[in-house]
Amino acid sequence: MADWFMRLACCWLLWCSAAQAVTVLDDQQQKIQIAKPPQRIVSLLPSLTETVCALGACQRLVGVDRYSNWPGSLAQVPRVGGGIDPNIENIVALKPDLVLAAGSTRGADRLQALGLTVLRLEPRNHADAQRVLRTVGVALGTSAIESERVWREIQTGVQAAAQSLTPQAKAQRVYFEVSAAPYGASESSFIGETLQRMGVGNILPATMGPFPLVNPEFVVRAQPDVIMVGDSSRISMAQRPGWASLKAMQAQRICVFKQAESDMLVRAGPRMAEGARLMAECLNRAAGEGR
Amino acid sequence: MNTSLQGRWALLGLLLLGTATVLLGTAAGSQGWQAWWSGPSDDVSRQIVWDIRLPRSLGAWLGGALLGLAGAVAQGLFRNPLADPYLLGSASGAALGVGTYWGLLGTSAWAMGWWMGLGLTVAAFIGAVLAVLLTLLLAHGVQQTLRLLLAGVVVGVVLGAVTSMISLMQPQVLQAMQGFMLGSTAFISWTACITMACVLVLCLALGGLFARVLDALTLGESTAQSLGVPLRSARTVLVGVISLSTGAAVAHIGLVAFVGLAAPHLVRSLVHSTHAWRMLLSALMGGALLSLADVQARVLFAPQELPVGVFTAVLGGGYLLRRIYRDSGLHDGTGGRP
Repeated sequence: MADWFMRLACCWLLWCSAAQAVTVLDDQQQKIQIAKPPQRIVSLLPSLTETVCALGACQRLVGVDRYSNWPGSLAQVPRVGGGIDPNIENIVALKPDLVLAAGSTRGADRLQALGLTVLRLEPRNHADAQRVLRTVGVALGTSAIESERVWREIQTGVQAAAQSLTPQAKAQRVYFEVSAAPYGASESSFIGETLQRMGVGNILPATMGPFPLVNPEFVVRAQPDVIMVGDSSRISMAQRPGWASLKAMQAQRICVFKQAESDMLVRAGPRMAEGARLMAECLNRAAGEGR
Repeated sequence: MNTSLQGRWALLGLLLLGTATVLLGTAAGSQGWQAWWSGPSDDVSRQIVWDIRLPRSLGAWLGGALLGLAGAVAQGLFRNPLADPYLLGSASGAALGVGTYWGLLGTSAWAMGWWMGLGLTVAAFIGAVLAVLLTLLLAHGVQQTLRLLLAGVVVGVVLGAVTSMISLMQPQVLQAMQGFMLGSTAFISWTACITMACVLVLCLALGGLFARVLDALTLGESTAQSLGVPLRSARTVLVGVISLSTGAAVAHIGLVAFVGLAAPHLVRSLVHSTHAWRMLLSALMGGALLSLADVQARVLFAPQELPVGVFTAVLGGGYLLRRIYRDSGLHDGTGGRP
């Protein structure tokens, strides 16, 4: 009986989402009305692009920003500029029925003024990622059950990554460098949250803000066990004064992430489980070398 | 040929050039040249031409005209051929105004309609006024070219640093400012055009009212005073005109360099005239220059679009260098003749 009831509820939800106009809240707490499930979507933020694809609506994307590079099938989709220089004319010419943009995307109001439906969402942390997945799901007319399933799958992945850590790996403290300025990822950043969920320490406390500009001396004093860094800033690192004395540098407990891997780590989107797995592999490797 | 006849021909020529470039701008699309008169005539194409290309082309013209006017007034008022909205620090001040405005109200202000755009103009105006006053204070007046330029550079750098600090503290502002610094006409709407047009008319009228003061000023300050010219009130109003026109332009098209410097220079080399004519012609010249640059920036690397500020900076920088090498009058520190 319960099973039968669930099925009916599912059908009802499906029918609701397919047939009726939906209203969703964007990041500015504005109510955005979406008349019917959109079929022509333009996304101006990689994590939103990935969210759409994770919900199985990749083929509905008719335009993406120049940084959206996953999944590979997007290579065929037209590019419409970036977050600070979206090409308004190109976007309008694509006749989208939904434009997904970050809150800070320039020109989003222009697009709205030109009569397009613009949904502004900018996931910055794990909670945001879940909220955005749900909101985009509602906007796309995906059933709530499907959105929940996708989210659960992601969470299972993160959990599995956390469980794959050896006790030694877990006991390490990490310095994650986002760019060579150097900006680091603190506990309150998306990356920091992933690390925290795996039970690993971060040398940058949440009080410093999500991506603080770090004094190199701070890192030397904090002596992280593992350094995680993007491909681009690896070379300059060895030349920083005092960094040669870092134990992590001496023992080569450094994980260098390629650009494609960095994308996975920094985007607060549906690939967070893969990001967690990458970090877990790094931590296990470093712990093995540390012994 | 007498002055006013020369001026009339130049006026006609520049008006025609401006109209032609704005019309050309409506055919400069994201994929290179796309003539609307031969293309499909569905709703979307109509919207692209009427609501995107036309306002941005017109906006580029208006923004250029505002900067050209600001340049002409500044060069006349400071009796200095290198005075320009940028070199006086007013553009950095306007940028600081914009940054502060976003910092306080958030970049979501983009989404809030025309009165927010007006607020942005006011913020940019206040920033520009403060920056010009600061420059004048540091330079102890306007007589010394070198001191004025140095003070302008210092004010520009310091205010730029403050803007950077504001944007560093607020990541959302950082991204918006980054785009803003490049200078772009891509987001100009009809409401922005209307704001800029109103400011342009107001500033032209005010400039015209005080043009005779600038004419008298070319004879030197004491002579002007003995002619019974209201110097003090004229200075106040004209500094206001420079700041308001720079502020309005910067608030809508971002930082676009050198138009304000080059337009009056070009006008001077074309026509010898009174300041009233020079202001009008400089505005038209600035408009024509920026809309030409905007069309170029759109089609040169299409479908990739070049920010027009980058384009004018490269072209204008070259022009300025040429001027500096040619004008030996700039080296003696007394300022060239206007």
